[in-house]
Amino acid sequence: MLMFRELEFKMAKSSTSDAQALFRSLRSAYAATPTNLKIIDLYVVYAITTAVIQVVYMGIVGSFPFNSFLAGVLSCLGTAVLAVCLRIQVNKENKEFKDLPPERAFADFVLCNLVLHLVVMNFLG
Amino acid sequence: MVDPSEAKGEGSLRKAFGGVLGFFILLLIGTLAFSIRLFSVIKYESVIHEFDPYFNYRVTQFLTKNGIYDFWNWFDDRTWYPLGRVIGGTVYPGLTLTAGSIWWLLNNLNIPLSVETVCVFTAPIFSANAAWATYLLTKAPAHLFEVKGTGAGLTAAVLLAMVILFLLVFLLISDNQNVPSYISRSVAGSYDNEAVAIFALIFTFYLYIKSSDLKNYTQTLNTGSLFYATLNALSYFYMVCSWGGYTFIINLIPMHVLLCIVTGRYSSRLYIAYAPLVVFGTLLASLVPVVGFNAVMTSEHFASFLVFIIIHVVALVYYIKGILSPKMFKVAMTLIVTIGIAVCGAVLAILIALVASSPTKGWSGRSLSLLDPTYASKYIPIIASVSEHQPPTWPSYFMDINVLAFLVPAGIVACFLPLSDASSFVILYITTSVYFSGVMVRLMLVLAPAACIMSGIALSEAFDVFTRSIKFQLPKLFETPPSDVWQLIGDTNNGTQDELAKVDSKIPTEKSETTVKERPSKKNRKKEKEILEKGKEIKEKGKENVEKVSDKRQNAKKLLVLPLEASAVAILLLIILGAFYVVHCVWAAAEAYSAPSIVLTSHSHDGLHVFDDFREAYAWLKHNTDVDDKVASWWDYGYQTTAMANRTVIVDNNTWNNTHIATVGTAMSSPEKPAWEIFNSLDVKYVLVVFGGFVGYPSDDINKFLWMVRIGGGVFPHIREPDYLRDGQYRIDAQATPTMLNCLMYKLSYYRFVETDGKGFDRVRRTEIGKKHFKLTHFEEVFTTHHWMVRIYKLKPPKNMTRGKSKKKINPKTRTKISYQKNRNKNPWQ
Repeated sequence: MLMFRELEFKMAKSSTSDAQALFRSLRSAYAATPTNLKIIDLYVVYAITTAVIQVVYMGIVGSFPFNSFLAGVLSCLGTAVLAVCLRIQVNKENKEFKDLPPERAFADFVLCNLVLHLVVMNFLG
Repeated sequence: MVDPSEAKGEGSLRKAFGGVLGFFILLLIGTLAFSIRLFSVIKYESVIHEFDPYFNYRVTQFLTKNGIYDFWNWFDDRTWYPLGRVIGGTVYPGLTLTAGSIWWLLNNLNIPLSVETVCVFTAPIFSANAAWATYLLTKAPAHLFEVKGTGAGLTAAVLLAMVILFLLVFLLISDNQNVPSYISRSVAGSYDNEAVAIFALIFTFYLYIKSSDLKNYTQTLNTGSLFYATLNALSYFYMVCSWGGYTFIINLIPMHVLLCIVTGRYSSRLYIAYAPLVVFGTLLASLVPVVGFNAVMTSEHFASFLVFIIIHVVALVYYIKGILSPKMFKVAMTLIVTIGIAVCGAVLAILIALVASSPTKGWSGRSLSLLDPTYASKYIPIIASVSEHQPPTWPSYFMDINVLAFLVPAGIVACFLPLSDASSFVILYITTSVYFSGVMVRLMLVLAPAACIMSGIALSEAFDVFTRSIKFQLPKLFETPPSDVWQLIGDTNNGTQDELAKVDSKIPTEKSETTVKERPSKKNRKKEKEILEKGKEIKEKGKENVEKVSDKRQNAKKLLVLPLEASAVAILLLIILGAFYVVHCVWAAAEAYSAPSIVLTSHSHDGLHVFDDFREAYAWLKHNTDVDDKVASWWDYGYQTTAMANRTVIVDNNTWNNTHIATVGTAMSSPEKPAWEIFNSLDVKYVLVVFGGFVGYPSDDINKFLWMVRIGGGVFPHIREPDYLRDGQYRIDAQATPTMLNCLMYKLSYYRFVETDGKGFDRVRRTEIGKKHFKLTHFEEVFTTHHWMVRIYKLKPPKNMTRGKSKKKINPKTRTKISYQKNRNKNPWQ
């Protein structure tokens, strides 16, 4: 809490220092999250980057087997979305899901990923 | 004082009893749904109805004979000659795959049902499923399933209340299978996409609500909403396989999500319910060949993507809000807003450029005609010509949903109190379906489940109040001591406290209100005040026992109670209302919607006449023509011809190629020789026309003639509609225009018609025909059915060139030259 106060003091009127302060506070707040959530976040970032790489590749090479492109991008997006859902359900600060054991959440995650990849494999062509 | 364990035991017993009762009621509902649709089988025979089901039947036959790989890759060369049709890629496979798998399963169990039987009875089976799905769907908004009243005491009254409550609620959910508009598309024999699609629609909605609604009534485990979200996506896939109306789902759900976000009801459950659905749904929708890449490229799906992005933004905002301090959050907001607007602007610009480049802005013709009802009549006459695509008349609403028409508003009001995610969804569903049903009468089908849900909610609320009033006052009638009464109310209220969730209409009372809320009936305020007075009076009597629990007193004050006689009479009246509804539905099912259009009946003074002309004609074609002969007719009869007569047709009900249809339309509107030439260029051997003038069958080709002219004229400008009109009307009597009297349709319909009664009186148009005695030069009549309803003509082969015929006394030296020249100028067809 004290750290935040200091930050607020140091905040100048210009927006860049605002942004800097913002980033710092974001980073410090984020550092407080537990490790398992950070792992999930890392996975999400990985999935999204893969999707972006695929889109860039399509932009360069052209979209000929469009179904393959679609399957690839949607599988990345799908697994990212599912990971976010897992994160929501596992997060201890989320009061709505406090009755849900994390093992059950993970099992759901695995099952849904299975279905997703089954469909993607079918669509990949 | 009631022993708590004893109360619990009784409560669980009642719960069990309620469960069993509920199960049996649901079973009954399913049976009722199935049997009400069997009128057509009883009155006529087990036959496939109408036009579209014949195509589905033919496809199912092919599937059962040749297996799924051949079905998936099937290129049909017996329709749309000479273009053919890629069946695998243009058909919605859900219905055929469902019926095919049912047939396969039954045959493997050694129950040898024919494919036709399975096809005929698929629709009633799925209507039973749809009724059960509607029950599941209504549970959420209506906050049902809590067993009310665990109090001791008057077991009879409680049981009665519960029985009535359960019975009525379930029976009203069963409205769904009774609603005439749904019956009309799902009678036994109507083997069409909607039969399966409505079940898929309701089931998808149910799973969506279940995955976004965390309140689990069993309260044992919060079922992972992700599991239901996946099930939801799979059910959506089934819907995409079944019907083109799946776009309704993929637009309604995003609309609902947007509504929840905008009204501040965003929660992480919403995210879990929606985001996986979009990704899965798009992927699964692209798997179906009919949809293919349209799932990402047409405007119908853009709403889901847009809301997908929006929900991610909102989720991010909430997350950041959670981890930052408020001041920092404000800074973050300003930053995000500035960047966000720039990015949004860029994306929007790209999107608009993409969309504006296509002439229809990315929407398909059908969707456009839904959004703008006048679109079809201006630009796509084929869509406008289908009778199912016309707007419904006002009486047809009452005919189709009857009593529900005025229960729906009551249900909407009931949904607002309390407003949850589920009830807001149902409200959105009904408003959109009412709009769309107003655009196309065919979409009354989508309105049916929504209307049933709403009226079910309304009636269950009403019965709730009435039975509770009776339950409350019955002990007074039997003069039990007030303490028991209070126990009853107290326990009832304690029991119902669990289900109380949301804020209700604030009832003004004198004492200070606690935070305990209840769900009173939602009638007018005056009545509530009145009831309050009464409640207070009764309270006065049992005052000595009241001091025990202040909660109970508060609840009792808010307990709205109507007088005993009034509630009894009201219950009776509601039951009578239900009875009227049931009677109407059964009548509608039996009389109005059970006719297979392929067989017609009429009652006259000498009994029942059966007109089986269509099948007679198709059977004649099947037995008396070569397998490879091509038959030309108006597109209505294409499916039936390929399915029953097994001959190649030129155009059929799929209507995917407007130019081809226009070609046939032009041929029908032209005089004999040009028509012959058009048909000859298409290798046609036989022409089939439907003529109702002899028996008075109103849906014949002469009545459809205006569409032939319009569609043909849309592509071939030499067909001008005013040429056929006299005073703006199509006439076939002596006042008709010469173009009309010379066109092929007129000639083929009325050839030798004058021989029937000597005057040529057309019973449909109610006039004598204009041109009575004429000969056909390029066609010859080969078959006319018993009641002159279907007439088949054969194209005459071109005459041989007759060189020697027109001999004249000419100079022998120049004879050959001249005669050769003459023959060259002469028309070889005459």
